[in-house]
Amino acid sequence: MPRVDDRIALPPADAQKTHMTCHFCIVGCGYHVYTWPAHREGGRGPEENALKQDFRAQIGSLGLTFTTAMQNQITDRDGRQHRVLVLPDKECVVNKGLSSVRGGRMAQILYTPDGLTNDRLKHPRIYRGDDWGDVSWDYAMAIYASLAKRILDSSGPNQIMFNAFDHGGAGGGFENTWGSGKLMFTGFQTKMVRIHNRPAYNSEVHSSRDMGVSELNNSYEDAQLADVILAIGTNPFEAQTNYFLAHWLPNLQGATVEAKAKRFGDQTDKSAGKIIFVDPRRTPSVAVAEAVADGKDNVLHLDLQPGTDIALFNGLLTHVVDQSWHDKEFIAASTTGFDQAMAKNRLSLEETSRITGISVDKLKKAAAWLFQPRSSGYRPRSMTVYEKGAIWGNDNYKLISTIVNLGLATHNLGRRGTGVCRMGGHQEGYTRPPYPGPRPAPYIDREIIRGNGQMFTVWACNPFQTTLNAEEFRESVLRRSRIVKDELARARGATTDQMVDIIYNAVKKKGGLFVTSIDLYPVKVAEAAHLLLPAAHPGEMNLTSMNGERRMRLSEKFMDPPGTAKPDCLIAAEIANAIKALYQAEGKAEMVKRFSGFDWKSEEDAFNDGFRRAGQKEAPPIDSQGGGTGHLVTYERLRAMGNDGVQLPVVEYKNDKLVGTEMLYQDGKFSTSDGKAKFLPAPWKGLPTPVKAQKDKYRFWINNGRVNAVWQTGYHDKHLTTVKGRYPLAPIELNPDDARDLKVVSGDIVEVFNDYGSTFAMAYLEKDIKPGHTFMMFGYYNGVMGNLTTDWVDENAIPYYKGTWANIRKVGDVAEYRRLISFRSRRYRR
Amino acid sequence: MATESVLVDFPAMSTHISRRRFLRQGGTATAAVAVAGCSGKGSQPEKQPEPGPLPSPPPPNTLSLPYPENDVGKARPLVVGKPQTFQYPDSSSPCIMLKVGEPVPGGVGRDRDIVAYSSLCSHQGCPVVYDEQERVLKCPCHFSIFDPARAGQVVCGQATVQLPRIVLSYDESKDTVRAVGVDGLIYGRASNV
Repeated sequence: MPRVDDRIALPPADAQKTHMTCHFCIVGCGYHVYTWPAHREGGRGPEENALKQDFRAQIGSLGLTFTTAMQNQITDRDGRQHRVLVLPDKECVVNKGLSSVRGGRMAQILYTPDGLTNDRLKHPRIYRGDDWGDVSWDYAMAIYASLAKRILDSSGPNQIMFNAFDHGGAGGGFENTWGSGKLMFTGFQTKMVRIHNRPAYNSEVHSSRDMGVSELNNSYEDAQLADVILAIGTNPFEAQTNYFLAHWLPNLQGATVEAKAKRFGDQTDKSAGKIIFVDPRRTPSVAVAEAVADGKDNVLHLDLQPGTDIALFNGLLTHVVDQSWHDKEFIAASTTGFDQAMAKNRLSLEETSRITGISVDKLKKAAAWLFQPRSSGYRPRSMTVYEKGAIWGNDNYKLISTIVNLGLATHNLGRRGTGVCRMGGHQEGYTRPPYPGPRPAPYIDREIIRGNGQMFTVWACNPFQTTLNAEEFRESVLRRSRIVKDELARARGATTDQMVDIIYNAVKKKGGLFVTSIDLYPVKVAEAAHLLLPAAHPGEMNLTSMNGERRMRLSEKFMDPPGTAKPDCLIAAEIANAIKALYQAEGKAEMVKRFSGFDWKSEEDAFNDGFRRAGQKEAPPIDSQGGGTGHLVTYERLRAMGNDGVQLPVVEYKNDKLVGTEMLYQDGKFSTSDGKAKFLPAPWKGLPTPVKAQKDKYRFWINNGRVNAVWQTGYHDKHLTTVKGRYPLAPIELNPDDARDLKVVSGDIVEVFNDYGSTFAMAYLEKDIKPGHTFMMFGYYNGVMGNLTTDWVDENAIPYYKGTWANIRKVGDVAEYRRLISFRSRRYRR
Repeated sequence: MATESVLVDFPAMSTHISRRRFLRQGGTATAAVAVAGCSGKGSQPEKQPEPGPLPSPPPPNTLSLPYPENDVGKARPLVVGKPQTFQYPDSSSPCIMLKVGEPVPGGVGRDRDIVAYSSLCSHQGCPVVYDEQERVLKCPCHFSIFDPARAGQVVCGQATVQLPRIVLSYDESKDTVRAVGVDGLIYGRASNV
């Protein structure tokens, strides 16, 4: 097919127009999908195309976002061809017409038989001997259900393990978390589940929730209204792009001063917002903020020593209290445990400075910006946000609590322009029966490495790229998978029952592990799999999720999934119904009941069964982010709310509109049994022993995280020339002096190694990286940074992904990398 | 006329270019149109796109657009890192020509280091500016950064596609750089011409 990249077919005026929330990051930008028969094309006059845009003349800057990455041509199951355009929605309150580099490519990654992503899974596949073969759903279910039942009956649910998504957007959503959750927790009743990107079934914000503070408690608008933003371990320009561009930057540039004065009168700084970044690295976000802020002095970068966050926040809290800047009335009325926490957490500014490496003056300046009552007497509106730098930092539970302590002590929660929130990675979309296991939940990776588990289903996840101590985990899974594969290779001519016997024997008696991957693609974990089940993503199904301000939208179906691929909730139903039939044949009523209630014909049936039944009298216990008012939300009502949707929890349905909640805790009542938020003690204790051992032994801190062009594991992006051409191998940013010492130049391939493992990366020299520091792309398909992460976890089994040290050596170079890849600085400079 | 191959170092684009060259050599699709589109002065594009009328769309089922062939400047006077501006394929489309100082994919001239781009950011059409120190083209609206020495590759930022590259040819006997096509869609259009 010839490449045509200098024109776009316009949608005719009558093209179908549907809503789409971007599949990817937490922000959830609103888009419109235009679909029309491929043989037609709209005209350039404004009346002749569905965009109502006049293409007869050059359109001015900022007039629209309209690139060749936003178009595609798809083929439906009945053979009809359609052109598709996916364009950002100018009216959406979230993104205001902006598209990110990820969302702006949603059209490009649509499945087409001859397109970039044509290696999507189309049918179930089973591994026979040494190769894959397509099979029917009936055959796949006969194997999966029969094996699962045999294991459940003989060994109990602990031998049936999962790695399952828990989020919104693609590979998630309220429909699919419910379907998969009902299968795992009501059907199998297994507690042996690792969540998404981590080795146990846990929360990344356990402490915030224990303190009574739900982690998404404000609106994106609050970033426009804040006097100061405290951004901890987050790089929003790259990872939550349009939240940063559409809501933070206008504040930093002074464009919201009037709006603040209008809303708050004297109770605001009446000037451009200030921002404080807490990050050891000068990120691209720091660079952009410094380049555009209204006054260079409005940006402060606290470049603390890696892993010293707890000391920093305890030191700031101590200073705030010593200055009497805390809100004593609020603390007395709405919180408990303040004195006890202070007794444990107290840390002088001098000691804080010694530990964190940040000068006392800078600490004082940050505290004053954020918390010093202004001359007119009002308390500044400080909005605190944190993400993986803290969540995957040194001791998640305690670290997050020190951040929330600061917000509570200064009453920077429940007031507009404030909030203490996580930024978020994926969108959210959680509705499941309660997790049947204890807290802390079992550390599944360790169980599998020890030889436990007979069946491991990896559901829209890829731990081979994203887990900690990844090399050992991968090696264990592959070795145990091989035992089953070797047995299958000898199963020539076996019937379905004989296949199940062979697999069961291998996992029960020979240490094997039967691995299933439910996914859009054969991803890296498929190297270990025996069964692949093809899933669908937004647009191929109707899907609901909520973003980082709890804004729920419906992404509407506009095309078929490839082949016989299905939504995850309906895959869960296939499995449950197949197991139910086996128990029915045996007359086991109790087991039939456990696997009942999956008679869903569509994803909407799953939505109605889970999200809409939460908190209802006749329903079983359901943990849902929609809460007890989820029943007010229907597909029809959500569709009418368009790309602005409704912010959960829903308050009421009135005048044909769903009415939601912009900010939590405005009444001073928190999410605890007594309504009072709770301070938690968390004294500074240094680095965990295994982490410190790597630091003492190896030269470079291997900081890691995202780059904006790559979503998650690159499951879509690795197919795009714009991504694989730019990052054929995971880049690692190096300080130029360090690189000279290592005799490494940009584009060289380096080995990064420590006691836990080794991986390759592509050197990318960057002068903003400090000596002894690095920054490697996390979770990539080529160059797995997780190989280097220690197996240390906090008290709830949250890893310290950001904390490992390693050595680096040059392996060689690929001339083409230097010839075709840009190694210019990724920091925008004024 | 010694018209050199403009993309010898960029195999991924060879099909595209050879088709265009085939059509041109066959004399079927493009008539060289002399347009007074070469300003050649100034170092930074300051102008927003002008809302001038665009030509009518090409006839249906044409694989290649009828790009004009315009002289856009002389190669030898160009100084490394000092951009020149011009308009192509019409006066509503500001472009930037740059000598990058090293042979690069798509580079023309005796040193194979002269490249040209649309100066409208591929994301939302703000005029990009050349940062001589960082040697990148950058957009002040949403901070996309493009590398002129690597085919307009997106270094970082919002842009989903590279900066549209003006395909150049070079006549050594006259030291003339000509714009002959565009690789990528110019912002704010459904079609480049």
